Amino acid sequence: MDSLPHKNNPVKLEVSDVAVRYDGRTVLSGVTFDVHEHEIFGIIGPANSGKTSFLKTVNRMDIFNPAMSFTGRIRFNGKDIRKWRNVYSLRKRIGVVFPLPVGLPLTVYENVALAPRLAGVTRRVELDIIVERCLARAALWDEVKDRLDSLGSLLSGGQQQRLTIARALSQDPEMLMLDEFSIAVDPVTTMRIEDVLKELKKEMSIILVTNLVQQARRLADRTALFLNGEVVEVGLTDDLFSGLVQDQRTQDYLDGRFG
Amino acid sequence: MGQADSTSATCNTDDRRNLAWFIDKAVQVLVFIAGISAIVFIIGIFVFITKEGVGFILKSNYALSESVFNLLEDQKMPEDQLDAITVLEGKKFSTAEDLLKAVEGIIGVEAAGPYKEVLIEKSHDQPFHVKSFFTSPKWAPTSEIKPVYGTLALMVGTASVTGLAMLIAIPFSLGAAIYIGEFATGRKREFLKILVELLAAIPSVVWGFVGLSMLNPLIIKLFNVPIGLNVLNAGVILGLMAAPIMTTIAEDALKAVPDRYREAAEAMGATRWQIIFKVVVPAARHGLVAAVLLGVGRGFGETMAVLMATGHSINLPTSIFDSVRAMTATIAAELGEAAVGSDHYRALFTLGILLFLITFMINLSADLILRGVRKE
Repeated sequence: MDSLPHKNNPVKLEVSDVAVRYDGRTVLSGVTFDVHEHEIFGIIGPANSGKTSFLKTVNRMDIFNPAMSFTGRIRFNGKDIRKWRNVYSLRKRIGVVFPLPVGLPLTVYENVALAPRLAGVTRRVELDIIVERCLARAALWDEVKDRLDSLGSLLSGGQQQRLTIARALSQDPEMLMLDEFSIAVDPVTTMRIEDVLKELKKEMSIILVTNLVQQARRLADRTALFLNGEVVEVGLTDDLFSGLVQDQRTQDYLDGRFG
Repeated sequence: MGQADSTSATCNTDDRRNLAWFIDKAVQVLVFIAGISAIVFIIGIFVFITKEGVGFILKSNYALSESVFNLLEDQKMPEDQLDAITVLEGKKFSTAEDLLKAVEGIIGVEAAGPYKEVLIEKSHDQPFHVKSFFTSPKWAPTSEIKPVYGTLALMVGTASVTGLAMLIAIPFSLGAAIYIGEFATGRKREFLKILVELLAAIPSVVWGFVGLSMLNPLIIKLFNVPIGLNVLNAGVILGLMAAPIMTTIAEDALKAVPDRYREAAEAMGATRWQIIFKVVVPAARHGLVAAVLLGVGRGFGETMAVLMATGHSINLPTSIFDSVRAMTATIAAELGEAAVGSDHYRALFTLGILLFLITFMINLSADLILRGVRKE
């Protein structure tokens, strides 16, 4: 039973037959799977296979982008995300970490405190607690505790990426989506962040989009392969890597024969 | 030996200066001349203005003014002698000795003897007084009796019009920049950008015309004031003139903020309002300040529209319905009338230096602020 941890947990995100279009051009279609609580759900696939578009859709980024639209149904906590009347409250429950670290032009402290501030937390004591907790959870506190007032953009790439994670955590999300977080990060930091994710999994669902097949193998409970805008396969990560694949393309991709 | 010769022969045929080489040289020379001449012209103009203006500031001469005549009368100079030297009234001498000699030439050395002191010490006449130049509201350069060159009213006139213009232009242009840069998309955005740039290209005399013939009667009717050519009129016109340029620069500043900042804030659940005011505007603040400063510089330097819309009357305004006169408009209106080389003529150049210094400071600070942006 331990190999199927997700089965015991309630469903967090239900995705059924989702297709994403930009200016009428379909970039992703036929996406159907569930993400459970306390699960790391890996999404792998080559560039331009629709992975990032999927994350943007879940976060309803289509609202501000008139070129983008999606069909199908996505339920978060059992509620259709289209029916979410206050999209900002939806986004607050879903943290996103982008491929390139985005240190907003603010201090380290303000980067993390921004979301709580926007949510109306004004007391310095409360903010201090949130900032310290989030930085600690992102394994960054020890490195930056003496330079909270320096600009976030002055940190190293790996530190900035962990700062981004800390910022995503600052709003206490129920789900965390990471989009190829290790692109601009050295291997040592990558391993540290992976350890962080394993800890975070105890508290939330995680969708991990990655270009590293081995990263999905190390972290994900289940993995989906996106290829040229379609979902080729969704399965238990252990199964996929032990050869229990249903589609030959999955095997080819995992073996590094293309992509 | 023979082989070496043939190699060098091929080298020589390859090593020809062809057409491309000559074109390249010619273009280099042309560009160099154009660049250098621009700089030379600017320096030349600067030197010309400074020479005339500084000449006025440093000018000191000796003349028999009314006060000197009064003093001579007090000292009991005979009537006939006084009458005789009135021919020298208003005539300027570069040294006191020259003046004395001229007087002596008319009434004789002996007769002039007792009045030597007065003639030398009291005849000094300096048209430029630092204190009155900056603090006197009276600009009367053509006065027959005593010309006064006070620029206070002109500076206040320019500043009040520019200030009001900025009160109007800043909210409008920042609002427009935020709308175009952050909200408008696709064709609407392109259309608006073209429209704003078109507005920026409207000649200032056309704006002046609008102020004179449209805003003037409107202000008279709306506020029931006797004259519609005043600070309000010029402020509105100048605000409308400066807004398009400020919008364009402010919009560029907003565009320079990377989209990933917006996406990051958006993913965090920030509303559009929060994204713009907590993330985008702070990130673009240098560019926005520069946009405002360039607008202020434009306001100070604008001539034709303020000449037509301010009412052009020397006045320390107490309300926005008072007519004023701007520094630029004064130069434009009076330089053609002033005799070349006269005090009036030179005083206008001094006014030009003052104006130049103010706009230079404003533009320099805008530039420094923009540079600060690039360094970050």
